[in-house]
Amino acid sequence: MSIETKMAWRNIWRNPRRTILTICAITFASVLLVFMLSFQFGSYETMINTSVKISTGHLQVRSERYQKKKNIRFVISDPHKIGGLLDTIPEVDAYTFRGQAFALISSKDRSYGTLVTGIEPDREARVSRLKKLVREGNFLTPADNNGAVVGKLLAKNLRVSIGDELTLLGQGRDGSFAATVVRVKGIFSSGLDEFDRSAVQIPLATFQDTFSMGRAVHEIVVIGRSLSDVSAIKARLQADLSALDDRKTLQTFDWQELMPGLRQAIEMDLISGLIFYGLLIIVVAFSILNTFLMAIFERTKEFGVMMAIGTTPRRLTKILLLESMTMTLIGILAGICLGIGVTYYFQVHGIDFAGGSELLSQFGITGRMYPKLSFLSVSIGPFMVLFFTLLAALYPALKVRRLRPVEAMTAI
Amino acid sequence: MYLQLAWRNIWRNPRRTTVILVAVIIGVWSMILLGALMRGTAVGMVKNGIATLTGHIQIHHKGYREDPAIENSMTRLRFVETLLNEKLPPAAQWTRRVRVNAIASNARHSKGVTLVGIDPHTEAAVSFIGTAISRGRYLRPDDSNGIVVGEALLDAFETRVGRKLVLMSQDTAQEIASQAFRIVGVFKAEMEATEKQFVFVPRPTSQDMLKLHAGISEISILLSDGYENLAVYEALKAALPPDEFEIHNWQELLPFQTAYLRILDGFMWFWFLVVFVAMGFGIVNTTLMAVFERMREFGLMKALGMKPWWILREVLVESFVLLICGIIIGNALGFLSIYAFSGNGIDLSALAAGAEFAGMTRIIYPVVAVKDVIVANLTVLLLGLLVSLYPAIKASRFTPIQALAHT
Repeated sequence: MSIETKMAWRNIWRNPRRTILTICAITFASVLLVFMLSFQFGSYETMINTSVKISTGHLQVRSERYQKKKNIRFVISDPHKIGGLLDTIPEVDAYTFRGQAFALISSKDRSYGTLVTGIEPDREARVSRLKKLVREGNFLTPADNNGAVVGKLLAKNLRVSIGDELTLLGQGRDGSFAATVVRVKGIFSSGLDEFDRSAVQIPLATFQDTFSMGRAVHEIVVIGRSLSDVSAIKARLQADLSALDDRKTLQTFDWQELMPGLRQAIEMDLISGLIFYGLLIIVVAFSILNTFLMAIFERTKEFGVMMAIGTTPRRLTKILLLESMTMTLIGILAGICLGIGVTYYFQVHGIDFAGGSELLSQFGITGRMYPKLSFLSVSIGPFMVLFFTLLAALYPALKVRRLRPVEAMTAI
Repeated sequence: MYLQLAWRNIWRNPRRTTVILVAVIIGVWSMILLGALMRGTAVGMVKNGIATLTGHIQIHHKGYREDPAIENSMTRLRFVETLLNEKLPPAAQWTRRVRVNAIASNARHSKGVTLVGIDPHTEAAVSFIGTAISRGRYLRPDDSNGIVVGEALLDAFETRVGRKLVLMSQDTAQEIASQAFRIVGVFKAEMEATEKQFVFVPRPTSQDMLKLHAGISEISILLSDGYENLAVYEALKAALPPDEFEIHNWQELLPFQTAYLRILDGFMWFWFLVVFVAMGFGIVNTTLMAVFERMREFGLMKALGMKPWWILREVLVESFVLLICGIIIGNALGFLSIYAFSGNGIDLSALAAGAEFAGMTRIIYPVVAVKDVIVANLTVLLLGLLVSLYPAIKASRFTPIQALAHT
């Protein structure tokens, strides 16, 4: 331990009360930031995962024109060729084909216009959570050719229950009249009102027959092993697609492009969060600045003596910076440890938002919220605190250089 | 005397006082400004919700909310209208609507929409549509087949003003009724979903098309004195026979916004507390140091006969003066910032899809709620005094001998 470190360490414990209060302020800010950021990141991940697992998947292959205008004519004519590509990408967990068309759905006494989706029952179950959300009846099986699963609110509006018939009327891919009769096999409830009010799913084969689709589909929905694999899969798939498809009509779209609202909502929440945290840190920094400043005014005489016996101003600055750095680091380390502890507790037990469940269910969060610790969520906050406190410490540490030994020694 | 003494004492070390004052000012400023912005977000959501065909109170036939179908239409209108004329305050506005699910289609596209049959004059006073026309014109009472659609719907259908649009829905005889309309105007709404969902036609036309005769789906009422007055709602509820009608206030009609308002208070107070704790450490530390520096002085005062309680009071008055200064300046800055934002608001258009996802409006105007301002200032003042008690008690306990011996 060099002499400066030793002096700094002793100096900060000359007034333990003051030091502890300062460290507490830093710790408080760090704990709060670790917890809040983990909480925000956790809720984003829940929101993304719910939306991804209910409808869009991590990424999709679509015709570029279908992405712009959801018209039944813009199809992927040979989905199995792309399926072959997907089979060779190791990060892909599962994929499935879907077709979508607008249709008038009629029960015995009600009619509604909505989007009908054709799904592959087996593979769909690996991609989306829909199978687990079926509350009444059963999910489709590959053997079904005239079954349908419908959202709970739509079933209520249509006044149908399991076993009832539904007539679908629409327009086929070639502009022909498309009609079929299906039987309600299952009713699901996802908690997302919008989805439960509109979704009807029938087997893909039935869909292709009814809407004159041939072997074509509209979407290839892909789920990666984890959210972080998405960009790798996208890059690889896009390259493969360009090689395959000379007119370059097929494109990959990740969840951010498929759900721009969700991405922007996250950005907005993150920005407003950062404004809050920034203000909080400035308030803390000013609280701490005072401590640093005081320590110097109180010790003017001491610095005068030190300078008189030959301490260079450089060395004084160094000692002072070491002092504030030590306090800040102790505070931050304690904050990180405590923050991880508190966050981990809630990560395991969850936080109950009884009053806001109606609100949260619309974002796909049901009942409890779970913060999620990650390297980023633990490091950003304390790093910001470190930066601002050191900035606050710089002013007094540089000011001390302007002291003149004789005047300083006579100060009270 | 205390105040004068305190004022002089806190300015004995102007730098120290300034630094802690800045911390208090930034804290209070952020509480006031961010509080107003959060409140503004919530008020914007509620106002937009109310304007989007909700109103403060809605009356339907029993069962309509559960099952908004044509069978659940109101027919005994004379009774309801007499009741409204009797119970509503004179400044309140109300309108009649037909509202059913329908399918809109043209040559290329079809889509599920909500068909709304309106009385153009009274509707304009109740909901957003009267002032939302961006192209073409608003409906006129004598339009027989005019229709007003949203910008987003117009785009999705690749059509324009003057073109035809066919609406299809179920009539009272369970038959499919369809009618061609001509687009006379286009409206722009706060949310794209609204633009895609609603199409407006004159009420008599919709009644003919659906064979409703004089029947309507809902009555929407807009009260004049703000959205928190629910006395009228209670009065109407008591007077309407519950086996035929159902009545809802906006809190029941807008569960999402109501839930947001409910957690907003909690969130805001949490934020106030967090900011306070951050500056609380600074307040304690500064006061504590000021007290230790002046140990001799307190000892001397005691030796001269001051009671411990007086010293305690002296230190607290100093904190009080400091806090009041910070609070006054912080509030002044806060209100100035609010004033600066109140003209144009904060425009979230760059993140419009995100705002819509979160149910927020595109432009946020700060709203000052007296409650928020009082809570913010009281938090700082009362908790500030509370944490100052610690150094104050310390100061009052110095004995003269000990203090005078201290250098």
